Amino acid sequence: MNLILDKIFAHTTKFIALGVLLIVAWIFTELFQQSLVSIQSSGFDFVTQTKWAPNLEKFGALPAIYGSVVSTFLAMVLAVPVAIGVAIFLSELAPAKLKSPVGVSIELLAAIPSVIYGMWGLFYFVPIIRDIVGGVGISMLSAGIVLSIMILPFMAAVTRDAMNTTPDILKESAYALGGTKWDVIKDVVMPYAKAGIIGSFILALGRAIGETMAVTFVMGNVHKISLDLTQPATSIPVTLANEFNEADTGIYYSSLFELSLLLLVISFTIISIAKFYFLRRKRLGA
Amino acid sequence: MTHTEKRILTNKIVMTLSTLSAMVGMTFLFWILGILVINGIDALNWTIFSEAGAPPGYEESGLKHALIGQLMIVGVATFAGVPLGILAGTYLSEYVQQSKLAETIRDISDIMMSAPSIVIGAFVYAIVVAPMGHFSGWAGSVALTIIMLPIILRTTDDMLQLVPSTLREAAFALGAPKYKVIMQVVYRGAKVGILTGVLLGVARVAGETAPLLFTSFNDNFLNTDMNQPMASLTVTMFNYATSPYEDWQKLGWAAAFILSMFILGLNIIARVFLMKKKGK
Repeated sequence: MNLILDKIFAHTTKFIALGVLLIVAWIFTELFQQSLVSIQSSGFDFVTQTKWAPNLEKFGALPAIYGSVVSTFLAMVLAVPVAIGVAIFLSELAPAKLKSPVGVSIELLAAIPSVIYGMWGLFYFVPIIRDIVGGVGISMLSAGIVLSIMILPFMAAVTRDAMNTTPDILKESAYALGGTKWDVIKDVVMPYAKAGIIGSFILALGRAIGETMAVTFVMGNVHKISLDLTQPATSIPVTLANEFNEADTGIYYSSLFELSLLLLVISFTIISIAKFYFLRRKRLGA
Repeated sequence: MTHTEKRILTNKIVMTLSTLSAMVGMTFLFWILGILVINGIDALNWTIFSEAGAPPGYEESGLKHALIGQLMIVGVATFAGVPLGILAGTYLSEYVQQSKLAETIRDISDIMMSAPSIVIGAFVYAIVVAPMGHFSGWAGSVALTIIMLPIILRTTDDMLQLVPSTLREAAFALGAPKYKVIMQVVYRGAKVGILTGVLLGVARVAGETAPLLFTSFNDNFLNTDMNQPMASLTVTMFNYATSPYEDWQKLGWAAAFILSMFILGLNIIARVFLMKKKGK
């Protein structure tokens, strides 16, 4: 009896664990199958054409891809230095009394749903952008900034964790040689924690590029490539969120599925790079 | 200026800059939190819990429909995702440990945790909503289960590995079969850790909006039939906030406040558990 139960338990757990791999494979194949109509009709034009006009059955995804890349790039440019600043402050500068409450509140802010960052952006931040740079305020610029604020807590927390892995004895040796705080950070902490810090930035990049709700409110979903950051724009997730429920033709749906597939492949690749090149998992207990 | 003076000056500049950037970052974050609390508390009242949605302009409109929908969608996802995740994590930690297969499942799960959730929504649309012909609460739960699964799997896996192998060996020595060792010794030893993972997993999916947009969709009225489109706090918040009606926007802030407090609460409880565990 015990032998049978033992086998049943072992096989059930195995079946479910393998199921996780199956689901991931299924996601890729299902999205690919749903994209087939679009892939067959547009081919490579899908990623090179700039005209997105569902009523004319023209689907060029370049504006969405451009918007994803530019908004994410903006967010990273703004968030990286601030995240490093916050991390230096938390790991090296802050008095012990501040370290833990500020650190914990940053970690908690990372848990706030992104839809709330988007809502704040729409009601409080867009009007400020409108007053400062003109235009409607709903723009690539607003999207980049709101996105940077959304990824900041995550980035700051992981950067601080990476910096904290530097053994105290290394830092103390450098201080003993007369190093200033900046000398120690630049020549001891950064080299030691480099892989971890770069890895977490790339991971944050992978998350930011797939982020939907923080930017959907403030980007505008306009399929146009404009070098002017104050113009409304769109990105892959913003297009999906706005148009999925409105798609009425087979090819329209298929194009949206192709966008989803594209987004999944892009973020899967970025996250894998972060994981396999920079963040080798530390095995617990080992 | 001597070399030393230069170094001291650079140090001062950099330290000031990083303190400033910390202050800028914190200002933005607390600005958002402050807005959320002020608007949320301002919009809170009893009707929010006692009344369902209504057309704009009606006095008697609340979020009862969204609260109940949210509880049902997240509840079903938890009910499915937690046991599946725990069992899958058990397989990794107790049966295959460091094998290639185990490492692959761990890596894929880690990647899925950061993968864009809107894509999961599109996938569930294709496999559930399209064949059924309409949006449904079930579809929303399926999407959230898929998102929750890798989180529970990885925390369970990590937490079970923390259980000392001497405990397992002691149980085996008494002649217990493996499944009994796992259920009665290993699970018991990792109880707090697994529970923490579950809390964090629930907190994570409770805030998801994107995967619900085209799975559970929305409903402005009270609906408890999982087979029909269903309101959730997040999608309701999105629709109300982007509407031009001030009373709807206010309800949106109330929804944002309730949801954030719920999620922060779960995170804080999880943290307290972890601290207690470490303290032991």
